[in-house]
Amino acid sequence: MCRTDRVPTAGILWLALVVIMFVARSIAADHKDLIHDVSYDFHGRRMATCSSDQSVKVWDRSENGEWHCTASWKTHSGSVWRVTWAHPEFGQVLASCSFDRTAAVWEEIVGESNDKQRGLSHWIKRTTLVDSRTSVTDVKFAPKHMGLMLTTCSADGVVRIYEAPDVMNLSQWSLQHEISCKLSCSCISWNPSSSRAHPPMFAVGSDDSNVTYGGKVQIYEYNENTRKYAKAETLMTVTDAVHDIAFAPNLGRSFHVLAIATKDVRIFKLVPMRSDRKESTSTGPTKLEVQIVAQFDNHNSQVWRVSWNITSTLLASSGDDGCVRLWKANYMDNWKCTGILKGDGSPLTSSSGQPTAMSTIVGSSVQTSQNALNGMSAGRYFFPPLDPPRAGTRYGHLLPPSSLIEHCDAEPIQPQQALPYRLSSRALLPLPEAEGQ
Amino acid sequence: MEELDVEPAITNIPAASDGKHLGFAWGPGDILAYETLYMAPGMCAKGSGCSFIHEVRKDEDIYSPILRKLFNESHHIFVGLQTIREDLPSKNKKTQFVSISKNYRSVIRACMEELQQVAASVLVLQVSILLAIELIWNLCEVLFIDAAPAGPLLLHLLDWVRLHKGDVDEKAREVLQSESPAEHHDYWDVVVSYVLQGRFEEARQMLVKQATLQPAARNMYKLMDTLLSKMPFYNPGGTQTLTEFDVKWRHWHEEVDRCLQDNSFASNQHLEIICKILVGDEDTLLEHKELLSTWYHFLVTRLLFCHPTVKPTELHYYAQSCMTMFLDLRSVPEPLDSILLAAFEFDIHQVIKDCSIALNNWWFVAHLTDLLDHCKLLQSHNLHFGSNLREFLLLEYASGLFTHHSLWQLAVDYFDNCPEFGHVYLELQIERVPLDTERKALKVLRICEQRQMSEQVRSICKIMAMRALRNNRLGSALSWSIRAKDAAFATLISERFLQDYCARGTFSDLDLIDNLGPAMLLSDRLTFLVKYREFHKLYEENRFSEAAKLLLSLITAKIAPRSFWMTLLTDALPLLEQKEVSHSAHCALHCGFGHDLCFILQ
Repeated sequence: MCRTDRVPTAGILWLALVVIMFVARSIAADHKDLIHDVSYDFHGRRMATCSSDQSVKVWDRSENGEWHCTASWKTHSGSVWRVTWAHPEFGQVLASCSFDRTAAVWEEIVGESNDKQRGLSHWIKRTTLVDSRTSVTDVKFAPKHMGLMLTTCSADGVVRIYEAPDVMNLSQWSLQHEISCKLSCSCISWNPSSSRAHPPMFAVGSDDSNVTYGGKVQIYEYNENTRKYAKAETLMTVTDAVHDIAFAPNLGRSFHVLAIATKDVRIFKLVPMRSDRKESTSTGPTKLEVQIVAQFDNHNSQVWRVSWNITSTLLASSGDDGCVRLWKANYMDNWKCTGILKGDGSPLTSSSGQPTAMSTIVGSSVQTSQNALNGMSAGRYFFPPLDPPRAGTRYGHLLPPSSLIEHCDAEPIQPQQALPYRLSSRALLPLPEAEGQ
Repeated sequence: MEELDVEPAITNIPAASDGKHLGFAWGPGDILAYETLYMAPGMCAKGSGCSFIHEVRKDEDIYSPILRKLFNESHHIFVGLQTIREDLPSKNKKTQFVSISKNYRSVIRACMEELQQVAASVLVLQVSILLAIELIWNLCEVLFIDAAPAGPLLLHLLDWVRLHKGDVDEKAREVLQSESPAEHHDYWDVVVSYVLQGRFEEARQMLVKQATLQPAARNMYKLMDTLLSKMPFYNPGGTQTLTEFDVKWRHWHEEVDRCLQDNSFASNQHLEIICKILVGDEDTLLEHKELLSTWYHFLVTRLLFCHPTVKPTELHYYAQSCMTMFLDLRSVPEPLDSILLAAFEFDIHQVIKDCSIALNNWWFVAHLTDLLDHCKLLQSHNLHFGSNLREFLLLEYASGLFTHHSLWQLAVDYFDNCPEFGHVYLELQIERVPLDTERKALKVLRICEQRQMSEQVRSICKIMAMRALRNNRLGSALSWSIRAKDAAFATLISERFLQDYCARGTFSDLDLIDNLGPAMLLSDRLTFLVKYREFHKLYEENRFSEAAKLLLSLITAKIAPRSFWMTLLTDALPLLEQKEVSHSAHCALHCGFGHDLCFILQ
């Protein structure tokens, strides 16, 4: 230990590096194909899942925390890439996007009371957005202060911004902006800042793998005067394919934070440069100073998803190493991996593939507490009992008999035989090239 | 830079590990993880359809009902601490801080006792963690908050060891309750344990029992009794100076040493051992590792018999050497050992850091750091981020509370006391609180209103209004949109009211509409709705003249929706035929319609 010669002012740089977690429950999603996206609603009481089986499912969390599928329906005629919730100010509204070149808006309607009793809900299609000529790769609602606006991006390199002028009539959407990004788009993210100092801004990423095409992340900003979106910045240093992109909640700061999933995880700080007031007659977008804050290659290869938690104290990323990694900054803005979720190679198998819409809850409350215990003892920082366990001592009777400890270390869920997965090279709908011209 | 960092914790998910990806979604208090396969554009994969979604959680402490009590009660203490005034004289403040520290510890103790009663095996870990927390906190209280100087310092440390080594009392009770205590096999263990803890009164009472059994050795027991009774203890309240105490203690120490030299206890192995302990013989002390059980007990006992006037600044030297001497060469110090050692070294930041890593629990570090920050102890280390550290930890703790369905209300006060980011964190977290019922919505709303969080207030009302409208509860929808000051939505709902009236001929939610007051001015349509309803009321009460006037003003003010004109005119017809309606009103009604309206009528 170098404790004695340590400079006392070095202080602590890292806090709570270990995020110990446990699997509380597993839900049989019963999708007939790969799940591509899972999305929580704003309050965390509902979730939506979408899959290559062309369907979307909606799940509701009951009082005791269990998930029940309350709706499942075919949404598209191709793989459904993403599903996302509108802010509850606009009601219960979902948007989905698909390989079938469309995006769709769905609204839950309050149905018959006996449906509710049976735990079912009705979703109806309000609109299909058919402007894209290629696969629609991402769909996002704009921040709520802008009204009910939906953004899509597609493989043909176009970002489209739609608006529902009447929030009570979601069958009417008008295409407000069509922004050509020149490169095949894979992901979009809105800057969530509602500050008046920040005009509406979004970032779009391209998964075009040709590095000679330059920066793969473009930032667009709305201009009040021209009423158009104009490119504010291209992140020239990001030349590899970008698969996901996420603005962090603003926290009242003057700058923006953007996470990018490319061949590694990158976190950028975008600092709006103060434009000279006298020159402000010019209608150009805000100049942004781009600073890289962190860059991690722990996923070894491609990173596919990045996402922030509510207060942006944690960033999660998913990559080719098959892991979800959690990144955390300390209060001096140093970033570090604090937790890893990792497949253990023994996937659960569905209980005989019953066509029931209800979830199969694996893991009772007993298992939950055992898992909690496992989570703790699996951590490296378990405190030894302070007093040796001796009958009749003050705290002795609190310590478990050794047999129990061993029992608790047992596998909480008996893993079953791993299913071989298949990777089919068969493409679904080969799109005619000519159509895009 | 110090980078002795830990590897991230790995959580195993029952999913494929090879060639597949793990998708995820952030939830309020958890992460959903699922097996998937991400592909470059143009590729398409077929996967298995039996995929699971796994709910991965952290902060399991929050879900333990007994620990909830810890969170609730420490919240009161925390709030009290924040109100201690800056301008109090520092001496008064110190007393207050010590008593607050004791309050925190008594909450931990109460929790432990409750956990003991439950005694469920799964809670054992929590008890051992709480024990550790209390032990560390108590030491921090002695060293940092109370900051006892040489003399009282040792007394506090003795109390600390006695409190956390309570098994002596259990054993003593067992011995004393036996038929012949002096012959009990644990008898000497108890006596020696008492001596090791400096509890000489109790040790002497035990020795009397042995002395009566061995009249032949009476003198020897008497001598031991004298030695024990004469050992000086520093009296912090007395007039004696530390130097005077030191002289007196040395004198006593020499006397004990003499007894050892002239073999006064040679004929009784037990008394000889006690005498050796009294003189501070290290080998003898280390022979009693079983009874000492920890290196820090050894440390305090060693200080008691060798260096009773130890200064705070000297502690780290003795602590380090005691730990090395006590622990086997082979055994690696546990995290708890390192934390206590850091405390003895007065390295507050190391204590906090090690605790945050070791405990997987923000409660302890957040509250302790907050208290130490109030004691102005974090700044004394010349670190610029003393209060940042406090805020950082409080934010983490409070964010954890927010994921719980009832504890989130406690978190509000913690955020309120974080000057830099507390407000924006509260904004982000509180809008995510599920608004299950109107009552809960009102509770959340009140919190937002008290803090002038106008955007959150608006949003909550809007959500509630939308929900009520979707469920066709027009009255509720209207009152929520009035609260949200949402004119467009109020207009929309007013229209729905009017449509319903046209369809059914009656109004719903009369109580609300009749009592809107100035709120009706939010939108023209709402004003019209209220006035129109007022017209109906007048008409029902047969106050035709006033009804006619009101109807007239509604028509002339042109705030009626065009689609409603027909209804208005139909309403006017019976009035025109009423004799009670004054001539002037009559005329006015006629004129008021204007030519185009009259045209419709005919």
